[in-house]
Amino acid sequence: MTQRVYIFKGFERFWHWSQAALIIFLLLTGFEIHGTYVSFGFEKAVAYHTIAAWSLVGLWIFAIFWHFTTGEWRHYIPTLQKIFVIAQFYSSGIFKHEPHPFKPSRRNKHNPLQRLTYLAILTMLSPLIWITGWLYLFYADWPAWGLSKLQLEWIALGHTIGAFLMLAFLISHLYLATTGHKITSQVKAMITGWEEVEGDATPVASRSK
Amino acid sequence: MKYAFTRLALGMCCASWLAVAATAPVGEPKPESKPFKLNSTADHTKFKELQKEFKTGPEVTKACLICHTEAARQIHTTQHWKWEYLNPENKQVLGKKHIVNNFCTSVSSNYKSCASCHIGYGMEDDKFDFTSQENVDCIVCHDTTGRYKKPAGFAGNPVTRDTEFPPGSGKIIKGIDLQSIAQKVGKSRRETCGACHFYGGGGDGVKHGDLDSSLEAPDKALDVHMDVKGNNFVCATCHKTEGHQLPGSRYFPTAMDKNPAHMRGKADSSNPATCQSCHGQTPHKSNAKLNTHTAKVACQTCHIPAFARGGMPTKMSWDWSTAGKRDAKGKPLVVTNEDGHVTYNGIKGDFVLAENVKPDYIWFNGSVKYTLLGDEIDKTQQPVYINRFEGSAKDGKSMIWPVKTFRGKQPFDPITKSLVVTHLAGNDDSAYWTNLNWEKAISTGMATVGKPFSGKVDFVETVSMWPITHMVAPKEKAVGCVECHRTNGRLEKIDGIYIPGRSRDHLTLVDTAGWGIALLTLLGVLGHGAMRVSSRKR
Repeated sequence: MTQRVYIFKGFERFWHWSQAALIIFLLLTGFEIHGTYVSFGFEKAVAYHTIAAWSLVGLWIFAIFWHFTTGEWRHYIPTLQKIFVIAQFYSSGIFKHEPHPFKPSRRNKHNPLQRLTYLAILTMLSPLIWITGWLYLFYADWPAWGLSKLQLEWIALGHTIGAFLMLAFLISHLYLATTGHKITSQVKAMITGWEEVEGDATPVASRSK
Repeated sequence: MKYAFTRLALGMCCASWLAVAATAPVGEPKPESKPFKLNSTADHTKFKELQKEFKTGPEVTKACLICHTEAARQIHTTQHWKWEYLNPENKQVLGKKHIVNNFCTSVSSNYKSCASCHIGYGMEDDKFDFTSQENVDCIVCHDTTGRYKKPAGFAGNPVTRDTEFPPGSGKIIKGIDLQSIAQKVGKSRRETCGACHFYGGGGDGVKHGDLDSSLEAPDKALDVHMDVKGNNFVCATCHKTEGHQLPGSRYFPTAMDKNPAHMRGKADSSNPATCQSCHGQTPHKSNAKLNTHTAKVACQTCHIPAFARGGMPTKMSWDWSTAGKRDAKGKPLVVTNEDGHVTYNGIKGDFVLAENVKPDYIWFNGSVKYTLLGDEIDKTQQPVYINRFEGSAKDGKSMIWPVKTFRGKQPFDPITKSLVVTHLAGNDDSAYWTNLNWEKAISTGMATVGKPFSGKVDFVETVSMWPITHMVAPKEKAVGCVECHRTNGRLEKIDGIYIPGRSRDHLTLVDTAGWGIALLTLLGVLGHGAMRVSSRKR
């Protein structure tokens, strides 16, 4: 039995996918700037990276406004409730084809692991990337800002660390998107807003194949 | 005084043949039909003072000084005249009179030849009277006919009557008519400056690499400013001269110019020959990111992708230690390459020539330290720097500059551990170019400057550095970003700065850990997925 739940609103989906595209593009151009490979050419990679970064800034301005006016920010309040159940599901239950112990709903979109991960990205990884990225962009203005002691090397290092962490997140995020009710359930939900979830409320532990 | 002297650091040494202007003479005057000159209020053909026969240079100068009463005294204060420059920072006494370089090494004891490039008459030796007004050569810079010449061997004098030179050689140097030349004087031109500065080091393009005869009439690709069909700058457009004081000396260059562009009517004391004096600090309009480079990178570094681009090769190295070979007839051996350029000369040694040369890049703060005659040389510390450009990423005064690194191997005295003055040119018994005998040449050379010589000769590797600042390419031809923002790019050897894209700046730990985490994540999810798939099949 499945039932469909409307979880992701229109703006949220737009935000997610455009952000996903921008982040992937920023990773591609960013690692070219880093010297990892050659694709666009350094000059174009820098130009595109800068445009994509500012686009993401613009997107975030809307997203932050949306989160606060709609109260959606509450979905990132961390909780440890049921966190072990979730962890147990991913480490063993999933292989036994147990249903996901977390039932997303409009009031509670993210499971506790997601909440923690996204909060960490919002409060730690994003600021690291944003702050170093802005400083990188405004390198020439450091003396005017009283930052003449700052070294580009430190900024670049911080930005690179952020990029690697974002890459690791992206890999795991892409994979975990396949761990819904069906492999495509979560991706579909992110596209249409509607997620297929397990239809009844039978406790997880009692179900087995 | 810092900028009082010109980049026109006269072509040192042996200039084998020096013409003051190399282009064809302008058309013969047609006084009746000629439109009046719009670029001058004076027609010198109408001056009675110039309507006479001049037998010598000083006679012309006397005529000039009748009207231009202060000109000679202005000249007397210039580096062009004095061939001497006191470095205000380290107090080294420089200038052609004093330095020893790794081309033809020294002016001392070779004045008769070298003085072809002195803006005076009769500089035969170090007894020249620098207070003489009539010995100032006005025409050498102000000739517009291209006919004025100061052949080597005449101590800077023009030849006004057909003369056999060297005596007994059968070669005739044609005399020139100073009267017609003097009547057509005007502003300095690329050819007048170039007669010395394009030929420094003994031939076209030899010394600087960014200055050669191709700049007499360059196209846009060679020099965006001097382009004859475009901006058509002359040397003095940038080396803006006041009172005969030429700014932009190589002896004390402006490595970093943080001043705004000069403005008409505003008193600007900074060097007018820098790029910034016209272009300011944020010259890039379409790509603002480029302006963030101007804090550390000299304009020339990107805008001069290569030197010796005009079809004329420049000398990259000169090995005096192999000189002395003779051909079957007993004459000094001469070897030329397929382009007809000399690569070995028995009187000079081996040369390496090159065109379209990528510069070397260094941190440069404007300070230059010379190894002068008498400074101790340590042969275990080769190469010896004839002049070392100083600077570092940290001193706050340095920019990344393009330079020509010229490598030499030249004689020195292993006992006194000093560079030596070599007597090269002359018809006497001790001149190296006559007798190919180092001991005699150095003995005479050192005697002329009153310095000791042990009698022993050894050779030492030397390096001289030349700022690359001319032959500015159009912006489309500027060095592309990736040529430096990469591993093993143009700036690979530049220390003390983080260059995005250059792997030596990466912290290995971060890159290794970063890729490691990404890879482990990937393996983790793949493993997890594989387990899901296999559990489904069961």
